[in-house]
Amino acid sequence: MLDFTILTNNLDTYLQGFGNTLKASLLALIFSFILGVIIAVMRISPMKVLKAAGTAFVEFVRNIPLILILFIFYYGLPSLGMELSGFQAGTIALSIYTAAFIAEAIRAGILSVDKGQMEAGRSSGLTYIQTMRYIILPQAIKIVIPPLGNQFINLVKNSSILGVVAGLDLMYFGDSISSATYVVFDVYIFVAVFYLILTIPLSLFVGYLERRLAVSG
Amino acid sequence: MDFIGAYSSGNLLFLLKGLGTTLLVAFIAIIFSFLIGSILGILRYAKIPVLSRIVAVCVEVIRNLPLLLIIFFTFFALPEVGIKLSVTMAAITALIIFESAMLSEIVRSGLNSIEKGQIEAARSSGLTYMQTMQHIILPQALRRMVPPIVSQFISLLKDTSLAVVISLPELLHNAQIVNGKNVNYVIPIFLLIAVMYFLVNYSLSLVARRLEMKERTNRKSTGKVLPAKQQTGEMM
Repeated sequence: MLDFTILTNNLDTYLQGFGNTLKASLLALIFSFILGVIIAVMRISPMKVLKAAGTAFVEFVRNIPLILILFIFYYGLPSLGMELSGFQAGTIALSIYTAAFIAEAIRAGILSVDKGQMEAGRSSGLTYIQTMRYIILPQAIKIVIPPLGNQFINLVKNSSILGVVAGLDLMYFGDSISSATYVVFDVYIFVAVFYLILTIPLSLFVGYLERRLAVSG
Repeated sequence: MDFIGAYSSGNLLFLLKGLGTTLLVAFIAIIFSFLIGSILGILRYAKIPVLSRIVAVCVEVIRNLPLLLIIFFTFFALPEVGIKLSVTMAAITALIIFESAMLSEIVRSGLNSIEKGQIEAARSSGLTYMQTMQHIILPQALRRMVPPIVSQFISLLKDTSLAVVISLPELLHNAQIVNGKNVNYVIPIFLLIAVMYFLVNYSLSLVARRLEMKERTNRKSTGKVLPAKQQTGEMM
């Protein structure tokens, strides 16, 4: 049976970790969204150099482990004379890694809007930017929202790597509670519950959005 | 930074050994995950009362947990209840638990992508449910599942690096050992293993893309194609 006194005695510690997990995920979501939009725009731009740079970023980042990116920032930068905290290094690594996936989701969304619409927009006298802003993007957003939601769920789960570099998140405090209480099993069950409190409602919500947006076409 | 010292033949050999472990562990994990994931996916697809529900809940819980937590669990928590696993076994077990849940979803959407009319047609031509599954549904679904499974394997290869926290001698762990010898090795070594991961995974992603293209042209406008790029940020 689970020992609930573990939870009640360490509730403050759990909540602190929970708060930091949420904070790192939200910060990384914002940064990775901004970076992702920039890279998506680079990838669909007609300029060859930008396109190549965007593609290189996406393909490289997507194919290496997140924890390696984290280690480069956490262990690699100090050898160049730059120190980051675990939380900072973790949030930066999460943002860079997730940006590659978000860029792909946004690009796919924009490309899924029929080409004829761009041509129609342009020939009715709108500029490229105006067509993007009023015709293409509003339609693309619908397609992009569910994958973005999925990326946020992944972000929450992936933020657990902060624990590896003392990033003060749920995993980190789980570890510190288990060293203080000499209990492992129950401590991590409660850590799991805290993650599920974030991820399960998000998954259900993304599922709901997917169904709704699919119906409205 | 000391590129020349970092890339000594001894270090390179040691890193390649780590890459070998990464590939081996990932390969063993994907085989077992595919078997278990198929069973779970089919159980969920078959809509057996109660059982399908239980499978669904388990799959959703596991999919929504960080893999890192599951690795900690199999290595540090299971001994508390009398199950003691070696580092390698703990890593493989954790990967199988997590990836089975992921693959079961790929199997299920593969099955769902086959139009229901085909089951009805097969049943009314006199085949049993099992025969319909075996000869009509599964062969088609399997072909559609291959590209997303290759993508999932890429995720798995990346995720194997998380086992660095329990000192599995895989690529990232071996890189950290080399880094321990000299602080000037850190950046060169990380760059090198990033390239190693990239080369392996990028080649695999090209395979996945090619398979997806082939699948698409095979069935031009009929039915759905499962996106190979389900490969999410998923550890992950």
